[in-house]
Amino acid sequence: MANLKELSQRTVKFTAGHRACAGCLPAVALRQVTLSADYPIVVGFATGCMEVVSTIFPYTAWNVPYIHVAFENVAAVMSGVESAYKALKKKGKINEEIKFIAFGGDGGTYDIGFQALSGMAERGHDVLYICYNNEAYMNTGIQRSSATPFGAQTSTTPVGSVEFGKKQFPKDLTQIMVAHGIPYVAQASVHNWKDLNMKVEKALKIKGPKFINILAPCTLGWRYPAEKGIEIAKLAVETCVWPIYEVENGKYKINYKPREKKPVIEWLKTQGRFAHLLKPEYQHLVEEIQKEVDRRWEHLLELAGT
Amino acid sequence: MKVMALTGNEAVAEAMRQINPDVVAAYPITPQTELMHRFTEFVADGLVDTEMVLVESEHSALSATVGASAAGARAMTATSSQGLALMWEILYIAAGLRLPIVMPVVNRALSAPINIHGDHSDTMGARDSGWIQIFSENAQEAYDNTIIAVRIAEHPDILLPVMVTMDGFIISHTMERVEVLDDDVVKNFIGEYNPKYKLLDVKNPVTMGPLDLQDYYFEHKRAQAEAMENAYKLIKEIDEEYYKISGRRYSYVEPYEIDDADIILISLGSTAGTIKDVVDELRLKGLKVGGLKIRVYRPFPRDEIKEFLSNASVVGVMDRAIAFGSPCGPVCLDVKASLQGTSLSNLPIVNYIYGLGGRDITPKDIIKIFNELEKVRISGEVPNLPRYVGVRGEENYIEQKAKLKIKN
Repeated sequence: MANLKELSQRTVKFTAGHRACAGCLPAVALRQVTLSADYPIVVGFATGCMEVVSTIFPYTAWNVPYIHVAFENVAAVMSGVESAYKALKKKGKINEEIKFIAFGGDGGTYDIGFQALSGMAERGHDVLYICYNNEAYMNTGIQRSSATPFGAQTSTTPVGSVEFGKKQFPKDLTQIMVAHGIPYVAQASVHNWKDLNMKVEKALKIKGPKFINILAPCTLGWRYPAEKGIEIAKLAVETCVWPIYEVENGKYKINYKPREKKPVIEWLKTQGRFAHLLKPEYQHLVEEIQKEVDRRWEHLLELAGT
Repeated sequence: MKVMALTGNEAVAEAMRQINPDVVAAYPITPQTELMHRFTEFVADGLVDTEMVLVESEHSALSATVGASAAGARAMTATSSQGLALMWEILYIAAGLRLPIVMPVVNRALSAPINIHGDHSDTMGARDSGWIQIFSENAQEAYDNTIIAVRIAEHPDILLPVMVTMDGFIISHTMERVEVLDDDVVKNFIGEYNPKYKLLDVKNPVTMGPLDLQDYYFEHKRAQAEAMENAYKLIKEIDEEYYKISGRRYSYVEPYEIDDADIILISLGSTAGTIKDVVDELRLKGLKVGGLKIRVYRPFPRDEIKEFLSNASVVGVMDRAIAFGSPCGPVCLDVKASLQGTSLSNLPIVNYIYGLGGRDITPKDIIKIFNELEKVRISGEVPNLPRYVGVRGEENYIEQKAKLKIKN
């Protein structure tokens, strides 16, 4: 695994000068993932905030071949790119070893791009799919997605006199990808660069479809001060709201187990999208969230055999 | 060269075998299915080097084809009807990214109501998507057009995707005599594909599909329109080259018995063949009738339309699709627009909508159309709304309208 010094000496593939917000952690995820890839890579991107901020013609932040086609199809596009690679390599037209990385936000991955992702996984394309998960449609103005947490206020789940925000718990996409039986699935968080680097390096060495779901806080959508993002990402892991783990050929490994699991309220109170839940009348919702977080964590422990 | 008995689908699969694309993505839809059955047999027998990507939807079929083409591979897919409709978003992107994808489209009606048979509603819905559209009259043309399309799409001054169409079932499932060129003749004709920009050229990274706002988008779209104009100029050169290797000469349009024709009937696809037979029959009776087949529908052959209609007294335009809410069908709209402002502005044109959902168009129907056009020629009374051919209740409907004194 590359150490910090080695990483710092690599040519940056996702360069500075893009137009992401101050404190944007999806941008950090992109930089870390591409830096961890010590190969020539081709990047595919689903429509989303990171696509929009990184390529406003005639500028580009991409120092590697990059393609954006549409919102729901990056997995299909990269299936095609990887198939072209196989065909041209077979014909001797390409000799280099190239790796393929598809990026999508949670909207482009959990929701509209899910079918294409499932298809790519089933067909076994040699592509690493990265979901930078900021838990809502941030590009279009913070609408709820199936990754949005229970109780969160978004533009389409506003809090009103009779509504408390999103009424459903997020879909567990990482588990769904595990169920595809692909060789490598992981959850990671932007605050733990070492863990993320290890996962990307490992994934790129494995042939076949790989999926990494990275929690990447959004300062605008989650409503917290720009400098607090990394702390909040860390809290998600400490509270077990977002466990970091990997599943290699079906075998689970939890990469970090908090010595003392923090109560979920610690996580909720850092973000404006949950501010209403701190009111006494919503106490029962916080309890409900705690219960679900506990249930999922216990289930994960069980899967990991610990 | 060899002569084979092939259905339209098989003829196109044969062309694809000879093209030997690097990547083919496919999703099943009737009536395109047999095309891919045949082609995947070639893959299974090692007769092609193609990477097959058997995707989970047509949206992904075209998306994977776009990815493969952008990567630097020669890439194809094929579809029909609802499949083409599902691809709609990516059709515009393939054209906007200037990717030379060739896609056979086996024409089929669009839902609702669901219907698997041939009409042109599917491709007509995509007529302004930036794809070149070439219509085939029979299996031979479907074969030839598929090979020619590769050269058109990949021409450096064009770089646009091409749809090669054939009528569902009528052509796709009918066995005909097809002359198939030798493999090496096709291979030499299409040449190697080596695009200037490709994703797999990792030493020269390019960004494809960036956000493009008010300051540049319009220029890129203008350039795309220019590419379509270039196609209009260059297709004839490629057709001429194809004539040299095949002995079959194609053009934007195909006139039939047109020189002294008073009445000309314009059509696309298989119907053009039926019209030729009827023209022969009516000519024996001394009627001066002719047919004009449009082969290249996009870019629309506006100059050829003008040229070949210049001596006509009355024109009928056959549309196998309805442009709902439009004054006439899509082909008629284009014909009228091509004549507007020329000396032919006042040429009487009657639009005939026919054959939806695979309804047969018979020689009898076409004789009736010619007879009606003859009446129009003599009376000078031109119906200004489309006539619906061979549809139940239409006669009563026209009578009722007459009673109510509604014009047309």
